Amino acid sequence: MKKRTYDAVVIGAGVIGCAAARELSRYELNVAVLEKESDVCEGTSKANSAIIHAGFDAMPGTMKARFNVEGNRLMDSVSKELDIPFRRNGAMVVCMQESDMPQLQKLYDRGIANGVEGLSILSGDKAREMEPSLAKDVYAVLYAPSSGIVCPFEMTIAYAENACENGVDFSFLTEVTSISHCDDGFVINTTNGEYCAKIVVNCAGVYADKVHAMQGTPDFSIRARKGEYMLLDKSAGSLVSSTIFQAPTKMGKGVLVSPTVHGNLIVGPTAEDIDDKEDVSTTQGGLSTVRTVSANSVSDIPYGKVITSFSGLRATADTGDFIIGDHSGFIDAAGIESPGLSSAPAIALYIAQLVCSRLSPRKKDNFKAQRRGIPKLAQLDKEERAKLIEERPDYGQIVCRCEQISEGEIIDSIRRPLGATTLDGVKRRVRAGMGRCQAGFCSPRVIELLARELNIQPWEVKKNG
Amino acid sequence: MIRNMICIGCPMGCDLTVEVESGRAVSVSGNSCAVGKRYAETEVSSPTRMVTSTAKTADGKPVPVKTRIPVPKDKIFDVIAAIKSVIVTLPVSVGDVVIENAAGTGVEIVATASFS
Amino acid sequence: MDKHSLVVIGGGPAGMAAAIAAKKDGIDDIVIYERDAQLGGILNQCIHNGFGLHTFKEELTGPEYAERFSKQVISLGIKYETGSMVLSISRDKEITVVSRENGLRTVQADAVVLAMGCRERPRGALNIPGTRPQGIYTAGTAQKLVNCEGWVPGREIVILGSGDIGLIMARRMTLEGVRVKLVAELMPYSGGLKRNIVQCLDDYGIPLRLSHTVIDVKGKRKLEGVTIAEVDSGGKPIQGTEEYYPCDTLLLSCGLIPENELTLGAGVTINSVTNGPFVDDTLQTDVPGIFACGNVLHVHDLVDFVSEESGRAGHNAADYIKNNGCKANSAKIVTVCVGNGVRYTVPSTIDVGNASENIHLRFRVRGVYKGSAIVVRSGEHELLRKKKKIMVPSEMEDVIIKPGLLEDVSEISVAIEEGTV
Repeated sequence: MKKRTYDAVVIGAGVIGCAAARELSRYELNVAVLEKESDVCEGTSKANSAIIHAGFDAMPGTMKARFNVEGNRLMDSVSKELDIPFRRNGAMVVCMQESDMPQLQKLYDRGIANGVEGLSILSGDKAREMEPSLAKDVYAVLYAPSSGIVCPFEMTIAYAENACENGVDFSFLTEVTSISHCDDGFVINTTNGEYCAKIVVNCAGVYADKVHAMQGTPDFSIRARKGEYMLLDKSAGSLVSSTIFQAPTKMGKGVLVSPTVHGNLIVGPTAEDIDDKEDVSTTQGGLSTVRTVSANSVSDIPYGKVITSFSGLRATADTGDFIIGDHSGFIDAAGIESPGLSSAPAIALYIAQLVCSRLSPRKKDNFKAQRRGIPKLAQLDKEERAKLIEERPDYGQIVCRCEQISEGEIIDSIRRPLGATTLDGVKRRVRAGMGRCQAGFCSPRVIELLARELNIQPWEVKKNG
Repeated sequence: MIRNMICIGCPMGCDLTVEVESGRAVSVSGNSCAVGKRYAETEVSSPTRMVTSTAKTADGKPVPVKTRIPVPKDKIFDVIAAIKSVIVTLPVSVGDVVIENAAGTGVEIVATASFS
Repeated sequence: MDKHSLVVIGGGPAGMAAAIAAKKDGIDDIVIYERDAQLGGILNQCIHNGFGLHTFKEELTGPEYAERFSKQVISLGIKYETGSMVLSISRDKEITVVSRENGLRTVQADAVVLAMGCRERPRGALNIPGTRPQGIYTAGTAQKLVNCEGWVPGREIVILGSGDIGLIMARRMTLEGVRVKLVAELMPYSGGLKRNIVQCLDDYGIPLRLSHTVIDVKGKRKLEGVTIAEVDSGGKPIQGTEEYYPCDTLLLSCGLIPENELTLGAGVTINSVTNGPFVDDTLQTDVPGIFACGNVLHVHDLVDFVSEESGRAGHNAADYIKNNGCKANSAKIVTVCVGNGVRYTVPSTIDVGNASENIHLRFRVRGVYKGSAIVVRSGEHELLRKKKKIMVPSEMEDVIIKPGLLEDVSEISVAIEEGTV
C-alpha cells in the first residue's frame, strides 16, 4: 500500500480532532484525520450532555478552566461560521439547604476567578420564578446565563465538513496500530496502510493513553467513565428552560436536567468508572439512578415520555485535568472529558498554535471559514420553506414524520462531503429517526435511499459503523 | 378422547371442546356458531390453514398473495416454496391467479394487491 | 387559500371510511391527505388474512380490505392526495400540508376528520437496558421490510410483546425461514387475539412466555443476544430467572400509541389514558368541527370496528358541515364515567339533545374477567347489563345505549361486575 505523507496527522474524528483539523486547514498544511470508525462523531462526542458549560466548575488555573471559558466565548462566532444550532439558555446549580451555601459560594468564586461573566446567586423562590419545575426544597441556585446548549453531532460534523472543504483528508476505518519516529517526524501504521507526518495530533478519546504510549513513555492513563442518559419527547422539552445542575462532586457535574437545542429534554448522566472502553450499554441500575437523582432538582419529570436512553464514555485522565501539550511534534489532546465539548473551539485553536510554532505555515488565501449546513426545512418560516421546496421538490417529501425531515434533506446528508453511509449517520446529520417513533416509520425509506445513493442492497445498509 | 382447542374462525376465539372418536369429531361444544363446529371437525381430521405470503416480480418487488382457500396444514411449507419459486408479471390485480395448483394441493395462489 | 368542506387527514381505513360516508351524505368538496404513496395505510403491509368478517362477511387480507375502500373512494370521485403530509392544523381548521408535487400549502376546512392512526412503542420508550445495536425493530417496521420492501431482517429472532403484529410476524418470519426462538410477554396474559396464538405460535411450536421480559441487550454493532427474565406481579424482573438467548434480531410488539401531535397543535384535549382526543358521541373533539376516528382516537383490535366508527365520524362531520357548524338543539350533555375494571370509554360525553341514533360505547377492560357483566348505571340506577363469558384487555368491548335511556340523566358510569354470571 502506498505511503501517504502529511504535515500533520490527527488521530480521532471526534469533536476535538475535527475542530483541530478545521483550525489547521486555515494554513498551507497537508492534514489528514484518521478515524477507526466509519464516520466522524462516533465516540464520546456523540453521547454526552450537549452542554456548552459556562466554566465555573473547573479549578482556576487548570486547562479545563482556561479552555472551557475560552471555548464558551468562541461559541457565538463558531456557531455562526459553521451554521450549527447553539443557544445560551443559562444554567442553574441547585443548593438544597442553607448549610450548603458555602459550597455554592465557592463555586461562584471559582467562576469569577475563571472569568465567567454574569454569575449570580439567587434564592430558591427567585429561581422557581424563572423555573417553576425546580424542586420545592431548592434553597438557592448559582445562575450562569452564559451556559448554552448545542448539537454535539452537528458541531463535530460541521467542523469536519469545513475541514474537508478546506482540503483536509479524512480516512475512516483506519485504526492506528503503531507509531514510530523517523527523521521527518512519525510513521503511523494503521489497519489501512502507512502514514507519515511531521506532526501527530492525538485526539483519540478514551484511547488517547494507548496512542500516546505507541510513541513515548506512557505517562498518563485514561479511564472510561460511563454516563447514562434518558432523552424525553419534545412535548416534555419545555419543563425547564435552563440547564439544571446539582452540586458537582469529584465524579463530575452530577445528574442534570436540560432542554436540548432541538427541544427535547435530556436527563443524566450517571458516573461510573468502567474497564471496558467499548461498553456503551445502559443498565437497569443506571437508568433508575437517573430517575431518582434527577428528582432532587426538578419535580415531575414525565418519564412516561422517554423516547430513548443511551450511555457515553468520558475519557477521564488520571491527572484530573486535560492533557494538552507538544512532545517533540507529538501533540496530545487527551483526557478531554467534560467540559470537553465546551472547550473544543479553544483547544483546536491552541493545537493549531502548537503546530504553527513548529512548521510556521502560511495562512491560506482561499480558506473558507463559512460552512453552510443542510437546510432545516422544519425550522424555516412558511415562505422560505415553500420557496426551497419549489426549487427542490424533494424537500417537500416528508420521510421522517416525527421530526418532519424531508427526502431532500436525507439525500443531502448522504451526498455531502463526508456524507452519511449509515442510518445513524443520517440520523446525526439531519435527525431522521431521532424523534418519538425512533425511526419505526422512516427507517425502511431511509434504508432505501441509502441503498440507492451508495449503490448497495438494502440489507447491506448498516445502522452504524 | 376429548380435545380442547381455540377456534380460529374469527377474532372471538371460542374455547371448543371436541369429542373425538377414531380421528373424527363426534361432538363439538363451546362454539358460538357453525364456523366453530366446522373448524373443530376439520381440525381433528385434516387440519387446514390459509397461507399468505409474498411472491416476487422480476425486479424483486414483493407482491402479496394468498391461497384461495385453506390448504392442508402439513403442506404449508411446500406451498411457501412454490410461492417463492414463481415470478409475478405485472400488471397484476387482486384475485389474479399466480399459481394454479400450489404444491399439488389443487389450490390456487392469488394476488391480494394490485400493481401496475 | 384553498377551501374545502371536509379535510380528512390520513388515507388508511379510518380516513377512507370517513370520507366515503361524508360523500354519501352529500358532501362533495372533500380531500384526503395521505402521507404514503398510496391509500390504505398500514393495511397495505398487513398481508395476512383476518380482516373484514364484520364489514364484508368474508375474511380478507389487509391489502384486499384496503382496496375495497380505495375503489369506493375513486369511484365516488373523492379527491385524495398521496405523498402529502399535514404539518399543522389550527384551531380554526387551517391546515398546512406539504408534498413533492404541490409544495407547501395552507388550506381552510369547514370540518376536519383526524384519521392519522397510531405508531408503535419504540425500544427507547420501553427502557430496556443494554446496547443499541443493529437488529432491533418494532414488529411493524419488520413487517414493512418483509412484506413491502421484500427482504427479511435476521435469521434468529426473539419477539418481545405478544401484540397481534408481533404474533403475525412470528409466523411470517417462520415462513420466511427465520428461526423464531420465543415470544416474551411482560403481562400475565397475551396482548393479542387468541386465534393468533393458535395459528401464529402454536402451529409452529413457538413458545410464548407470559410474565417475561427482556432485561439486557448484547452486541456492539450487531445484536448478539438478549437476556430474558421472569417478572413478578409488579413487572419487576425476578433474580435467578435470567436466560440468555443468542439472536440477531429482536422484534418489539409492545403497544401502539395514537399519533396526536397534530391534534394537540389544534388545541384539542387529549385523554391521557387512550392518548387520543376526548370525543362526544358524534366523535367530535372539544374543538368544534374537528372529528376523530380509528386508531388516532383509541387503538382498536379489529379494522372492521375502525371502519364502522369512521363511517359515523364522516356522517357526523357531514351533518356539521350541512348545519354550518351549528348544532340543531341546545345540547344536553351526559358525562360517561369509568367504573370498576374499565380503562376508558369512547365517547366520554354524550350529547343527548342531539342523539337520535343508538350510542356505541367502546372501551377496554383493565384485566382478564371471566363470567362477568358490563353494567351501565346512572347513580344507583342500573340502565343496562351485558353478560360476557370472557373479557380481556387485548379486545375492545362495546355496549349500545338507546338515547331514550338517558333522558333524565346527567352522568352514567360503565363498570365490570366481576364473576356475577
